[in-house]
Amino acid sequence: METTFDLPANIAFGVIAVAIIVAAIRVVTTRNIVHAALWLVVVLGGVGAIYILLQAEFVAVVQYLVYIGAIVVLFLFGIMLTRAPLGEMLDLTNRTMRVGAIITAVILVTIMVFSVVDSFRDEEVDFIAYSGDVAAAQTFADLSAEEQETVLDEVAAIGAEGTDLGPVGRTETVSDSIFRDYLIPFEVISALLLAALIGAIVIARRD
Amino acid sequence: MLLNQFLILSAVLFCIGVYGVLARRNAVLVLMSIEMLLNAVNINLVAFSTRWGVSGQVFALFIIAVAAAEVGVGLAIVLLIYRNRTSIDLDELDEMKG
Amino acid sequence: MLDYVWIIPALPALSFVLILLFGKRLPKGGSEVGIALVGAAFVLSVIVGVQWIDRVESADSAEHAGAESAELEEQPVSTEETEGELIESETAAGSSGAFADVEPECSQAATAVDVDEAAQASHGTATAPSAEGGEGGHEAAPETQPVVRCVTWFETSGGDVTAGTMVDGLSVMMIFVVSFISLLVHIYSTDYVSGDRRYTHFFAFLSLFTASMLLLVLSSNTLQMMVGWELVGLCSFVLIGHWWEDKPNSDAALKAFITNRVGDIGLLVGVSIMFFAAGGTFSILDINIAAETGVMSHGWALAASVALMFAVMSKSGQFFLHTWLPDAMAGPTPVSALIHAATMVVAGVFLIARLYSVFWEGFQIFGSDINFMAFIGGFTTIIGALLAFAQKDIKKVLAYSTISQLGYMVMALGVGAWTAAVFHLFTHAFFKACLFLGAGSMSNAAHHSFDMVDDYGGLKKYMPITFWTYLISTLALAGLPPLAGFWSKDEILAGTGSLTEANGNYHLMLIFGGLTALLTAAYMFRTIWYSFYGQYRGHGTPQESGPRITAPLVILATFAVLAGFVNAPWWEFFKDWVEPVGAYFPGEIVHAEFNIGLAALSTALGLTGIALAFLYFWRGLGPHGLTAENRFARGGYLFLERKYYLDWLYEDVIVAAVKGPIARATYWINQRVIDRVVDEAGRTSVRAGKLVYEYVDQKVVDTVVNGSGVAAEESGEELRRIQTGRVQQYAALLFAAAAILGAIFVFVIG
Repeated sequence: METTFDLPANIAFGVIAVAIIVAAIRVVTTRNIVHAALWLVVVLGGVGAIYILLQAEFVAVVQYLVYIGAIVVLFLFGIMLTRAPLGEMLDLTNRTMRVGAIITAVILVTIMVFSVVDSFRDEEVDFIAYSGDVAAAQTFADLSAEEQETVLDEVAAIGAEGTDLGPVGRTETVSDSIFRDYLIPFEVISALLLAALIGAIVIARRD
Repeated sequence: MLLNQFLILSAVLFCIGVYGVLARRNAVLVLMSIEMLLNAVNINLVAFSTRWGVSGQVFALFIIAVAAAEVGVGLAIVLLIYRNRTSIDLDELDEMKG
Repeated sequence: MLDYVWIIPALPALSFVLILLFGKRLPKGGSEVGIALVGAAFVLSVIVGVQWIDRVESADSAEHAGAESAELEEQPVSTEETEGELIESETAAGSSGAFADVEPECSQAATAVDVDEAAQASHGTATAPSAEGGEGGHEAAPETQPVVRCVTWFETSGGDVTAGTMVDGLSVMMIFVVSFISLLVHIYSTDYVSGDRRYTHFFAFLSLFTASMLLLVLSSNTLQMMVGWELVGLCSFVLIGHWWEDKPNSDAALKAFITNRVGDIGLLVGVSIMFFAAGGTFSILDINIAAETGVMSHGWALAASVALMFAVMSKSGQFFLHTWLPDAMAGPTPVSALIHAATMVVAGVFLIARLYSVFWEGFQIFGSDINFMAFIGGFTTIIGALLAFAQKDIKKVLAYSTISQLGYMVMALGVGAWTAAVFHLFTHAFFKACLFLGAGSMSNAAHHSFDMVDDYGGLKKYMPITFWTYLISTLALAGLPPLAGFWSKDEILAGTGSLTEANGNYHLMLIFGGLTALLTAAYMFRTIWYSFYGQYRGHGTPQESGPRITAPLVILATFAVLAGFVNAPWWEFFKDWVEPVGAYFPGEIVHAEFNIGLAALSTALGLTGIALAFLYFWRGLGPHGLTAENRFARGGYLFLERKYYLDWLYEDVIVAAVKGPIARATYWINQRVIDRVVDEAGRTSVRAGKLVYEYVDQKVVDTVVNGSGVAAEESGEELRRIQTGRVQQYAALLFAAAAILGAIFVFVIG
């Protein structure tokens, strides 16, 4: 597979990444708590866009629905119900913790960036595993660039449906995976949500 | 696109979240920072899923569901604390002091 | 009906939902819904019971008919088909194998067994299909197949998990007992908790309790069983803590719940082990068959049995996880009756009975003389009985009595006397429910006190119905012929195989059992003495309870008299109807013969216990005590000699009998040091009871608990300096530690 420099995608990534980082910094530094929630929307939306770039549409849709549709609204309710002043507040950040927090964060980011750069170097994102057949995808990924090209050519020559290694049927594979391989965790999640629902009601109700 | 782009973005977002969790005094803001941590993890999972199969996406979905539950319960707790102490300043919450 | 038994647990579950939704708006606060639906479940249980008996009997006769006609000529099938639709399945089963009535998706092994069942005729009770003729002449046990119906619960790539019902003798017996006792408890509760502020709530959970127990006993697989098991635990938590405003009640509920959690881990582990050891199945039939046929190796069966024993020990109050049971008395009395007679605590015994092949293989019950289960049961039975002497609260006496009797059942299962154990469960349900409800009736009269020493006394003349029913149940519990307890207890003693032919030589268990028989009679008569004789010591004038309380008492007392006859040695209906036959039940199990000498011995022990109690308690009260006294040899004379100590002893009992926590127990020990040593049998047993309670329960168990507490406290003292209580500092530590670890991994190792 040719390792092209996919310019539009990279520009999109750059814009989104900058937006996410700026918004994230605003979330943790702003003095207005409502603004923090609004900046959080930008972060979450940006992450959703990143999912689209990664061709994970279903996760992206869920991200928009659940995070921006529900969780942010929940946060805004939380802010209102705790009657935080809507204007600026000087003491939203803990001065004593601040320096330590910055140091910790910088150390962490150094380590993480170093390790991922070290591990993956110039590896390309090629969506190879999205066909659903992980083993085949892995085999394919292990091939050299020329061999991959041959395989792709063969596939294109056959023109058979279903052997497409491109972006087709991604949500389908996700759903297959959830309801086949991860059925029991899925059920457990539903129980967890129910428990959280009951727990939230019990904790928050007045009596 | 390089896989690393996404991983580095995720690392940066994660550390901004860590800063928020550690430095913010308002409990709601801390919860927001935790959401950013979870999102950073999700970016990682989805990025890796391009290579190792859709399991990463499935786990990202699970994390979103768990995050929803976490925010629900977390905000309920914050609300309860607010009701009992009329403050959600984490610096003042040190009843667990040994 | 046997195909549709799922309706039976569904009815009380429906009742739970209806009461919760509409209960408060109904004129009787929802109790009418509960009674109606649980009543319907009871009626259906009876119908199922009748159909099951019919099935067993016709299988029996079909067997004989088949055997006879097979000798003449080969057409049993056609003759049976004319007999009607009801036995159609039997016919099919008779001609096609042991598990023809099991839906294939419910059980892989069972249907597989069908195929090679004929080849397995060497199995003892597993007979070859009669249509094949051949050995038609010999005495074969009738094949009665369980009816298993199921639906797919959920599908995974690793195979489907089904949920369903399994009807065989055991579950039929259980649904009868559960729904029967539950119905009576519902009726009783309408009076007993009337006016309670959570009346509706109470009935809702009573119904759910019933539903979960019915679900548990009808489960066709272990996973479903676990759901029922947990639901039972949950309901007991809610009901024990019914009056949670009082701290002790909510503590007791928590204790029950948490103690049960400990055992639940055992269940989880056991179920997992069985799943893998039996080749990836949750089906009870498959697991039992796997254990029987050796698919599940002995080691795995042993591991599963030990794990499951923990579940049994917590649920059925076996030593050393029994401590929650007496505390559970904090719940309303009807709940105690339900917990102790029919639902919660017998779940453990039921679990063993249900998965008996696993235990049979695991503990190698056959031909042994001791094993873990038998020992736990035997030890518990005597511990419980001794503890019962030291209690002042009548419900606690009954609670310890339940522990003791459950120990009996577990012991019986441990020695291989399956039928005897299940039979004892059956009879015990009636008289123990009666005793609890009787205690509730008394507390109703005595201003809601259960303190029989301080607040009861002389109730006989005020509450005749309560008295007579209580007395009958006491005699049944003491095991006097011809009451229910006699037959079942005697079977267990015979089943130890010490004096008779049985599965092994469990001499120790016979001793435990015999001693308990004596102690049981004595401590139960102690409660009778305190409650019904002497002067009334409470406030006001007690009155007999209303008909909604006395009617269940009378019904239960009737059963306490009659229930034993269903398995009297010359009938043995119970054995025929209840005991499973086929490849999912140990084939080589031996039934102990009725032994007249043993029966006489156990009766004598019971009578001795009564006599001791009689001499001990009634002694100073009237001339009739004097005349009875001389007949009894040693103990009686000693009592006579020490007659002046009796009052003192009585004082001692009142002063020293358990007032709860260790502080008072220590006080009692101090008292004892300066007191004279007295050697009557009665006093020894009283003291032994206290010793066990104080040393084993309070000292040994508590020391371990406190010791770990102290250790934690000391290390905590050291660590408290970094406990600032600031959550963010903890988080900072966490992340900093993660950063350091990450750095080590990345830069040093990597």
